[in-house]
Amino acid sequence: MIPLRHPPLEGQIRIPSGCAISGVFHKDGKTESGRRIIDSIALMHDRSNGLGGGFAGYGIYPEYKELYALHIFYLDQNVKQDCEEFIREHFDLANAGEIKTRNIAEIRDAPKIWRYFIFPHAYKLDSSELDEREYVAECVFAINRRFEGKAAVFSSGKNMGVFKANAFPEDVGRFYMLEDYSGYAWTAHGRYPTNTPGWWGGAHPFSLLDYSVVHNGEISSYDANRRNVEMFGYDCKLRTDTEVITYIFDYLTRREGLTFEEASAVVAAPFWSTIELMPDDEKEFYTYLRKRYHALLINGPFSIILGFTGGMLVLGDRLKLRSMVVAEHGDTFYAASEESAIRLIQPELDRTWAPDAGEAIIVKLYKEGE
Amino acid sequence: MENGKIYLSPEYEVVRSDEKCIRCRVCERQCADDVHYYDADADRMCALDENCVNCHRCVSVCPTHALKIKVSENRFRENDNWSDTKVREVYLQANSGGVMLGAMGTPLKYPTYWDKILINASQVTNPSIDPLREPMETRTFLGKKNQKTVRDADGRLVTKFTSPQIELDAPIMFSAMSYGSISYNAHASLARAATELGICYNTGEGGLHEDFYPYGANTIVQVASGRFGVHADYLMAGAGIEIKMGQGAKPGIGGHLPGRKVGPDVSRTRMIPEGSDAISPAPHHDIYSIEDLRQLVYSLKEATAYRKPVIVKISAVHNVAAIASGIARSGADIIAIDGFKGGTGAAPSRIRDNVGIPIELALGAVDSRLREEGIRDEVSVVVGGSIHSSTDVVKAIALGADAVYIGTAALLALGCHLCRSCHKNNCNWGIATQNPTLVKRLNPDYGARRLVNLVSAWKHEIMEVMGGMGINSIEALRGNRLMLRGVDLNEKELEILGIKYAGESI
Repeated sequence: MIPLRHPPLEGQIRIPSGCAISGVFHKDGKTESGRRIIDSIALMHDRSNGLGGGFAGYGIYPEYKELYALHIFYLDQNVKQDCEEFIREHFDLANAGEIKTRNIAEIRDAPKIWRYFIFPHAYKLDSSELDEREYVAECVFAINRRFEGKAAVFSSGKNMGVFKANAFPEDVGRFYMLEDYSGYAWTAHGRYPTNTPGWWGGAHPFSLLDYSVVHNGEISSYDANRRNVEMFGYDCKLRTDTEVITYIFDYLTRREGLTFEEASAVVAAPFWSTIELMPDDEKEFYTYLRKRYHALLINGPFSIILGFTGGMLVLGDRLKLRSMVVAEHGDTFYAASEESAIRLIQPELDRTWAPDAGEAIIVKLYKEGE
Repeated sequence: MENGKIYLSPEYEVVRSDEKCIRCRVCERQCADDVHYYDADADRMCALDENCVNCHRCVSVCPTHALKIKVSENRFRENDNWSDTKVREVYLQANSGGVMLGAMGTPLKYPTYWDKILINASQVTNPSIDPLREPMETRTFLGKKNQKTVRDADGRLVTKFTSPQIELDAPIMFSAMSYGSISYNAHASLARAATELGICYNTGEGGLHEDFYPYGANTIVQVASGRFGVHADYLMAGAGIEIKMGQGAKPGIGGHLPGRKVGPDVSRTRMIPEGSDAISPAPHHDIYSIEDLRQLVYSLKEATAYRKPVIVKISAVHNVAAIASGIARSGADIIAIDGFKGGTGAAPSRIRDNVGIPIELALGAVDSRLREEGIRDEVSVVVGGSIHSSTDVVKAIALGADAVYIGTAALLALGCHLCRSCHKNNCNWGIATQNPTLVKRLNPDYGARRLVNLVSAWKHEIMEVMGGMGINSIEALRGNRLMLRGVDLNEKELEILGIKYAGESI
């Protein structure tokens, strides 16, 4: 076979993948560096194949916690100036700089990676008649559309950040020097794409605003879901399953005002045969969600960890076709594809269990007084 | 001028094995077209080939299998330009001075796009699902889905669905076929089967016979341009109301039930005098525009206290996507699109064979258009017009339909042999006739059983194919075009269908 000189990228091609995921969450708001999450995901080395790894940290930018942190890959440096012009046009810029990375042998093809702390221009935001988060989301879509294949915003939340690359996750962690960050929550992903080279933008976590998703699985409902969320302005440029999952949660919780529990009941809906056995009010509740958001039911194997400001959601598909173990120790919550990945970093646990198919486990920071 | 059958030779030849024939004369008694007769002098059965429509009734009932019907080998002089059919049609019209009439869907050779679309299956990265061991959901709700999600004063989700929905156990309904065009027993079979299957059948434009009101929960009542049989109780009787704007087999024209089919029962059901022709005008004379349609949609909703979803049925024509978009904004809950290969009890064959577009392309265009405009959840989309099998259903759902209508397949289940002679009122199978002797041949118990068998079999196959794709709920299949690939299609066809070519990834 003649090797492809320019192998197709995601966006031109869809990559089904297997994977490992892991997450740590401190309900008491205590912070830790990225060291343990790197160790945890590294244990599951064989669940990824070096074609994508990444992390999301929450609470990592306390000094800029009111500002949106944009992380951008410049795959083509020529567009950097245009892209920054776009950013300045729409936002007040508090700080910009290259994200610090360590030079390591395992990662050689790095694009320029920049970070911008920004806030919407008061006047522009006002005249757009959008709420602040919608304004930021639309600008993110605009950049990814305008500079498609040349620049990609891969993180856009407040006081959180995504770090990802086309490599094994433990190398990605070293590359981004995650030991220097400190957060109350971390998620991690090791990727196993099956049929083409991965690329930087296609690695997980997948993120929009403060939502980040790490995902193990391949969803068979992909195009039904994609074609539905595209109606609401979510351009699925990257054609990864995970991208669409992120947008579904964003749409359901931010735009439709559902809680994370309700959104989980949409994407991993109980079977009709289960719903029929429920008491009347529950029956009506689940029936409503299934009818109303029929196109956002996700089919096929998945386990995901969704990070958001102040919380973490763990969810598996309705048939439980992907592994997921969760655990608690004191005020700390753990979730991983394999229990060993939790035991490695916290050998003693108060409680360990495997959530049921379609069961959402949601943890949040304690409110004051809790 | 009475020219009879001048210049025309029989199309079919009745071939009888004299050796096998036992002279029981059942063929003679069973043929409403008076083909068979007994020659007492010669003690043998004879046939008038020219009366034969090739319906196979005699072939099926002959106890010794002594009969077969052959297409006559008699041919005009070879001519690739003027086929025998074209020549015959000129003779027929020169004889009669009338328009060519036909029944059922067009028999002409147009591409069947279903047969050029292939379905995906899971391998390795995603497990397939065994429908015998895991739940496999085909339950479908038709109606508006874009209700605004709100919370009550306590912050609880308001979970009452205000837009009325039609609930189906499988994404399949029986198409509109009026009482009049088909028999009482055919309607009884459809109504009973729909009820047992948890799906709906459709009254067509002939009203609802008083005996069938108990099946209302599984009935779609139709309001067509003739408004036959429409009254308040009728509108409230069904699970939904369908406004028939067009029919795939005869876009742009109306219908005509001859007076001889209007007996006492049909007369009472249609609310017209016995023996009078029932003419459905080409347009609804109160709908000359999209805003008029909106008025009728809301008149029907007002008349039924907004408890019944309203379907607007159109035939697939060139500008179908824009028309569908207009309908979606007219208050309709469901759009039904009937492809040009759809069946009919009677239509001018020139119209049937030449007007309209294939349902696959119409569906591709409509679903894409409604999504581009962000109004896909404003309506459900139902398609019909030559759905031949369970995989056609799967392909239609994956292209974007919510459900399908089946008409011809349902009639075949009842025994129809597609002789395309419905308009003659002589249906030997008791389906498309009002002749009481013939109607008795269709036993509704058996008819309903066969329909239930057919749809149950299709449902099993749909579940099997879904499981193979790693899908366990019909909503995850709906509009999931990446599950389809085309073969033997050009780029424009692929573009309109919105699918990739076989071998292409993404």
